[in-house]
Amino acid sequence: MRTGSQVRRTDKKRPFALHPGRRLAAIAGLALLLAACSGSGPQTSLEPAGRIADDINNLWLLVFWVATAVFVIVEAGLVYAVWKFRERKDDDRRPRQVHGNNAIEITWTIVPAVLLAVITVPMLSGLFEMRKVPTGDVLQINVTGHQWWWEFEYVDETGPDGRSIVTANELHIPADRDVYLSMTSADVIHSFWVPALNGKRDVVPGRITNLTLSAFAPTPDGQPHLGQCAEFCGLAHADMRVKAFVHDEAGFDQWVAAQLEPNTAVGAGWDTFTTFCTACHQVTVEDADGVRTVGPERVIDVDGERTFRSSLAPNLSHFGSRTSIAGATFANDVAHLSAFIDDPSSLKPMTPERNDIAAGIILGMPDYGLDSDEIAGVVALVQSWE
Amino acid sequence: MAMTTEAPAIDTYTGRRGIWAWITTVDHKRIGLLYGVTALVFFVVGGMEALLIRLQLAGPNLELLSAAQYNQLFTMHGLTMVFLVIMPIAAAFTNYFLPILLGARDVAFPRLNAFSYWLFLGAGLLIYSSFFLGGAPDGAWVGYAPLSTQLTEVVRMDFWIIGLQLLGIASIASSANFIATAFTMRAPGMTMMRMPVFAWMALVVAFLLIFSLPAVSIGLFQMFLDRNLGSLFYEAQAGGDPLLWQHLFWIFGHPEVYVLVLPAMGIVSEILPTFSRKPLFGYPFVVFSGASIGLVGFGVWSHHMFTSGMGPIAEAGFGIATMIIAVPTGVKIFNWMGTIWGGRVRLRTPMLFSIGFIAMFVIGGLSGVTHAIIPADTQQHDTYYVVAHFHYVLFGGAVFGYVAGVYYWFPKWTGRMLDEGLGKLHFWLMLIGFNLTFAPMHILGLNGMPRRTYRYGEGLGWDFWNLAATVGAFTIALSILLFIINIIKSRRGGEPAGDDPWDGRTLEWSIPSPPPVHNFDEVPVVRGLDDFWYRKYGEDDEGRLLALETAEAEAVPQRDEEPEDIHMPDPSYYPFVTSFGLVVAGFGLVYLGVGGWIAVGVGMMTALWGFFGWSLEPVTREH
Repeated sequence: MRTGSQVRRTDKKRPFALHPGRRLAAIAGLALLLAACSGSGPQTSLEPAGRIADDINNLWLLVFWVATAVFVIVEAGLVYAVWKFRERKDDDRRPRQVHGNNAIEITWTIVPAVLLAVITVPMLSGLFEMRKVPTGDVLQINVTGHQWWWEFEYVDETGPDGRSIVTANELHIPADRDVYLSMTSADVIHSFWVPALNGKRDVVPGRITNLTLSAFAPTPDGQPHLGQCAEFCGLAHADMRVKAFVHDEAGFDQWVAAQLEPNTAVGAGWDTFTTFCTACHQVTVEDADGVRTVGPERVIDVDGERTFRSSLAPNLSHFGSRTSIAGATFANDVAHLSAFIDDPSSLKPMTPERNDIAAGIILGMPDYGLDSDEIAGVVALVQSWE
Repeated sequence: MAMTTEAPAIDTYTGRRGIWAWITTVDHKRIGLLYGVTALVFFVVGGMEALLIRLQLAGPNLELLSAAQYNQLFTMHGLTMVFLVIMPIAAAFTNYFLPILLGARDVAFPRLNAFSYWLFLGAGLLIYSSFFLGGAPDGAWVGYAPLSTQLTEVVRMDFWIIGLQLLGIASIASSANFIATAFTMRAPGMTMMRMPVFAWMALVVAFLLIFSLPAVSIGLFQMFLDRNLGSLFYEAQAGGDPLLWQHLFWIFGHPEVYVLVLPAMGIVSEILPTFSRKPLFGYPFVVFSGASIGLVGFGVWSHHMFTSGMGPIAEAGFGIATMIIAVPTGVKIFNWMGTIWGGRVRLRTPMLFSIGFIAMFVIGGLSGVTHAIIPADTQQHDTYYVVAHFHYVLFGGAVFGYVAGVYYWFPKWTGRMLDEGLGKLHFWLMLIGFNLTFAPMHILGLNGMPRRTYRYGEGLGWDFWNLAATVGAFTIALSILLFIINIIKSRRGGEPAGDDPWDGRTLEWSIPSPPPVHNFDEVPVVRGLDDFWYRKYGEDDEGRLLALETAEAEAVPQRDEEPEDIHMPDPSYYPFVTSFGLVVAGFGLVYLGVGGWIAVGVGMMTALWGFFGWSLEPVTREH
């Protein structure tokens, strides 16, 4: 242990120097702490990508550092007190019997109270700021929560037939323009949450709740902001996810224009599709008879305040343009989609045996026992709807 | 009178030995032990559920559990730990020690006390029987409507409703009992402001339960009607309101948090002075901060609902109230540190766990303040950040406090010490395992991981910290295993404790270990706070501790004379009968139908028989 003694000698010269091993450990620990505290991943709340999320994060950072300071002071004080006054061997100290000290106690009642009062000011102003209804050029979107998928209706973006764009689980929004969500639920309580764009907001049946999303910049190709339902909503709560694609102005207009084009109802899969799928799914198509929408329509009217155009299952118009299926849980490719149609509950846990379409209760996609040709036909058809 | 190693001869004062003696007991100490052992068993069960949850989440997309199984397990884990572990362990300590700390021979209503225990046990078994009857409740322990009223043909959530209702009845009965005990059974000279802090906290908790449980009882009753008899309280389409349930639940649910943690704070407030050889710093501040936590605790419930859409005015009000409640909590922490300061701190196991309690509770308290920052809470709510927060309060806080209590009072229960070496190992393993499990959850939550999710995908950056949490959970499990081994080993083979092994301050240390059935041969006359301590010690001119020479003679009550003229209440099987009837009726309500109604009838008749028998039997038989 020659190196050890050398180190000890250097330690004497510099009382605060650390043993190289310990220094390494300290650096590693610090790096770990920094890594832990910095945000990571596409669903983090610590890398805000919009005005509101940024305001929230700044408030969080403020209280985080205040709390960290209090934490360090209190824990250090505790450890110091225990260490300093610990009983040693043959310790015969007779402690002074202090019963209390009003001045000190009043001080440590008032100081935290003042500290909290100071934090309360930015908290309140931040709260009222983030709850403001956005004004100006605002994109209005209706959101309906379903067990276990999200439905988005672009109320202002209507086609020649007067119908608005309805899509599911993948939200497309413009950058630099506030998006105002009006949300309700078709069944139980959900909570809409895309951390990079704002905090979460519960989605409650019989009520309208609102959330403003704002994004600084378009998301890179293939890297949307991720989110998911945050209020426990039953069996497949974990698989009720959402992707938020942010476009620049031109890109968003382009997306809207594409969504307003009707799909073409051709191919071998169409008969199978209309026999089984349109019992719940809606799609707008164009064929020899013109443009028409097939599948059940459900209108959710909340207290006469607002109507949500909805369906029993995700609207499949332009399904081919989506990147994911089954509540944004699996990639939208032939393998996953075929497996999903073949046995839906094996990919995503659902209980279609409890469906009651007449009562509007849909708890999953049934396995209709389609053969592989039929499945291939349907997959080819819906994926062709770009 | 040094060591009392053998159980006193009068231990069988209640007449019979064996299981019948336990079923019919009305002795607060036996009932306390029953609560404690039952809570420990449920703790192991709830811990197993937690381990399964952690295994499932150890990596992305694992398939150990199905979604259905996972949802049952996390629901039952929460339900078990809150209602079947922490509440009853607090009831165990309160039952055993409240009368003794006040210088009483029993609680005010001994048979009501037995009733509370048997009903608690029956309700726990009723809830757990669901595992064998088609599946356990799976709507989370909060059971938000309308998810919990959605599938009425599946009776899982009926088990949850009926189980909670029965537990509520048991809690209200025992709370009334404790309040009556604290107000009427105190020994001569034991004024309110001479009550040990633990007794104070038990009293505050009893009031919290009495006032908060009715809210959730009404909510559960409405939910039961919605599910079984077609009412529409929570049905939005029919004009009902799902958020009504959340308000009713949290009006109970938030005071409930203080119900869980205040008794632990009381225990720590007993242990710190004893092991620092100093009085509690600022006793009135600690007592009144506890009481004000209880009071303000009724005004913060909606901070569980900051994302539900109440509107910014209401949110601001509840946010400020939540900030305010941090003040008395901070006062307690500073007063505890003031107690340690300048003392001669003996780092025995109870003290280690108490210090651990303070250190961990500080973290839980600070993360609680970050929830009061409402905009930030909209990110944290329903994520693993919240899971981390309340485990720092309820595990790092409450459980550490109760474990400290077990190490502290085990000698009084059994006459034997728990092993110090094993105890210290237990402490360090639990401290490390606890932090390894729950500290990473802060990071997971902030990085977007929602709670109550049975799986998560790859590429979200959650893999490493989830694995760390799983390793931590098994470390905790190992420490609990050591704890149980220690209890089993020391119960018979531990070092004999004597009456006063810690040089204690309060009345329980003035009587034998374990105490005789009647606790005190002579009801003590109390002259001040920490009276027993001041029979042993005084202060010199500088205020320093000074041992009194007459201590020995004065401290130990006379025990030679046979306590001929003390009449303790006789054992009774009626409390058991009454509880049994109510649980049978509960099963009937779960399976409402012809058979169910018959069971309700039979159960209620049995309960009535018990009530009447109980009312009509004499308290003590003629001698």
